[in-house]
Amino acid sequence: MTQIPEAGTEAVAKSGTEHTAAHTGRRIPDRLTSPAARILKSWETLLLVVAVLIFAANSLASPYFLDPWNLSDASFNFTEKAMIAFAMAMLVIAGEIDLSVGAIIALASTVMGLAMTAGAGTPALVGLGLATGLACGAFNGVLVARFGLPSIVVTIGTMSLFRGISYIVLGDSAFTGYPPGFAWFGQGYVWWVVTVELVIFALAALAFGIVLHRTNFGRMVYAIGNNAVAARFSGIRVERVKFILFLLTGLMSGIAAICLTSRLGSTRPSIAAGFELEVVTIVVLGGVSILGGSGSIPGVVIAALVMGLVTFGLGLLNVPGIVMSIIVGALLIGVIALPRLWAMMGKR
Amino acid sequence: MTILKSRIKSREAILALAIVVLLALIASRFPGFVTPANLARVFTDTSPLILLALGQMAVIVTKCIDLSVAANLALCGMIAALMDGAGVPLLLILPTVIALGAGLGAVNGLLVWRLGIPSIVVTLGTMTIYRGTIFLLTGGAWINAHQMGDAFKAFPRMMVLGLPVMGWIAVAAIAGFTLLLTRTALGRAFYAVGGNPHAAVYTGISVGRTQFAAFVLAGALAGLTGYLWVARYAVAYVDIAGGFELDVVAACVIGGIAIAGGAGSVAGCVMGALFLGIIKNALPVVGISPFWQMAISGSAILIAIAFNARGSSSPGRIILKQAEHRT
Repeated sequence: MTQIPEAGTEAVAKSGTEHTAAHTGRRIPDRLTSPAARILKSWETLLLVVAVLIFAANSLASPYFLDPWNLSDASFNFTEKAMIAFAMAMLVIAGEIDLSVGAIIALASTVMGLAMTAGAGTPALVGLGLATGLACGAFNGVLVARFGLPSIVVTIGTMSLFRGISYIVLGDSAFTGYPPGFAWFGQGYVWWVVTVELVIFALAALAFGIVLHRTNFGRMVYAIGNNAVAARFSGIRVERVKFILFLLTGLMSGIAAICLTSRLGSTRPSIAAGFELEVVTIVVLGGVSILGGSGSIPGVVIAALVMGLVTFGLGLLNVPGIVMSIIVGALLIGVIALPRLWAMMGKR
Repeated sequence: MTILKSRIKSREAILALAIVVLLALIASRFPGFVTPANLARVFTDTSPLILLALGQMAVIVTKCIDLSVAANLALCGMIAALMDGAGVPLLLILPTVIALGAGLGAVNGLLVWRLGIPSIVVTLGTMTIYRGTIFLLTGGAWINAHQMGDAFKAFPRMMVLGLPVMGWIAVAAIAGFTLLLTRTALGRAFYAVGGNPHAAVYTGISVGRTQFAAFVLAGALAGLTGYLWVARYAVAYVDIAGGFELDVVAACVIGGIAIAGGAGSVAGCVMGALFLGIIKNALPVVGISPFWQMAISGSAILIAIAFNARGSSSPGRIILKQAEHRT
């Protein structure tokens, strides 16, 4: 993780004995591939094929899979995580990481629970959830961007701190009895089988896709991830961009906290435990380089669908949750390892 | 060099001072806490954290991180308990779990070394895989005290010269690590790789191989600790030591091990672990809910990194920052 700021040096170091290869740098092809070929060969296309295959395999494996209501229920598997994954993708592209997202959800949910017991209505609960997410994001952002501390340790620390505060408040008890109107976010439907969470997911995908791929800000994120020093010298306020990215991640975690709390109807300090792993897995599976500098929102969207389909399909086959987590872990390592193994084989 | 040395020395002195102040604060109201017998108990209780923190330190010094140590511990502990249940003698269980732990560490190391995958991604993945494997082995069943042999349970608690064997193992590991890091080529290679991987390559050190060695070392210690943990608490199940990897990283960070690699000492690492161990043991004595533990270690991590970063930012960065402020 600490390699992130020095991806260049690391590449040299990693190659070890074959370090001569690093001096040649990135090879510049003498002929550019056509746009059609580039799309066909892209990571996103590969993922899409995988998604279709899993979809087909699932529909063959279980007769209950191809049911609109079942599929709609299954979308809860990934919507909350994917919302955070969009913001996390931008953060990772910029060369940082936030491992505290699950803990932010716990803290935001606890704050909402406290307000609920004090008699707050739905709008106040939503506002507090968002505000807590933003505040946590700002805290991470200040520590990383302003004080220049490594994001991985900062967010490991805040992960303990945020969730720790939830434990102090709740201990082994739980908040229950959220107002009926609040249930809309996690249990409501906008139209037919389309859940509120699915709509939030789609809107977030659209918004983050536009910001990352169609705005100056998005280009700055890539620039920082590829070379933070060069980005600074070309006039990008690196610290400010990173701070905004942490803020966005906090905000999306706040939105996810509202959805999750509303869906479960209760708050325990262990809520959303292990979310950070699955969010990072979605991001990496979506083709975002963990060293920063590359990745796309469409990739993350498809990766979220793949994860959702895999967990739903396995669930229909009665595979226990912890076995699914093995598969998620193997997926995380596999998607990074296989292309590299491929390349190594090709070289020989 | 001397300036660097004195800075590291002073960082450890401050941590030692913090521990003394902490103990004095507790002693002012609960003098019973600082009796030698109780301090020995606290040390023994902190031994698993010390053992894992030493291994983690080797990994962090080489610019990597191992988040799978707690899962490794749990898997090795479960296998130790299963072997005991099958009637395997302790003399055979111990080398097996150490080898198994080293093997699990080697998997991490190989993925980092041969495939160049960032260590955080590798160990986030293997963390869930190792812990999930326990479920595959047992189907989620617990192994309780009455299912374990007496010799198996008694060994870590056996008193030798007033300290249980578990405490002595930690003492031996501390001594061994001090020798390894200050007196052997491999130990110095850890620092070289973490300090400047590029330069390390030119001095003939294989960066990947050195990182691999650090992962194997951390894994072997986790395997050994797995047995100690299961035997001492006399229970083995899927979730033992859940989240312990964060405590381990916290101990290292508090102990002044630079997360960017290349700096840190055994003394700091051990004191970082003891600091957390004293807080954990003192909370019930002082009458604070143990639910405070998590938030306190989180704050300790943040304070420690903020403090450590103060002295260690390179001059190059400062110039850049000034340039940025001027514009």
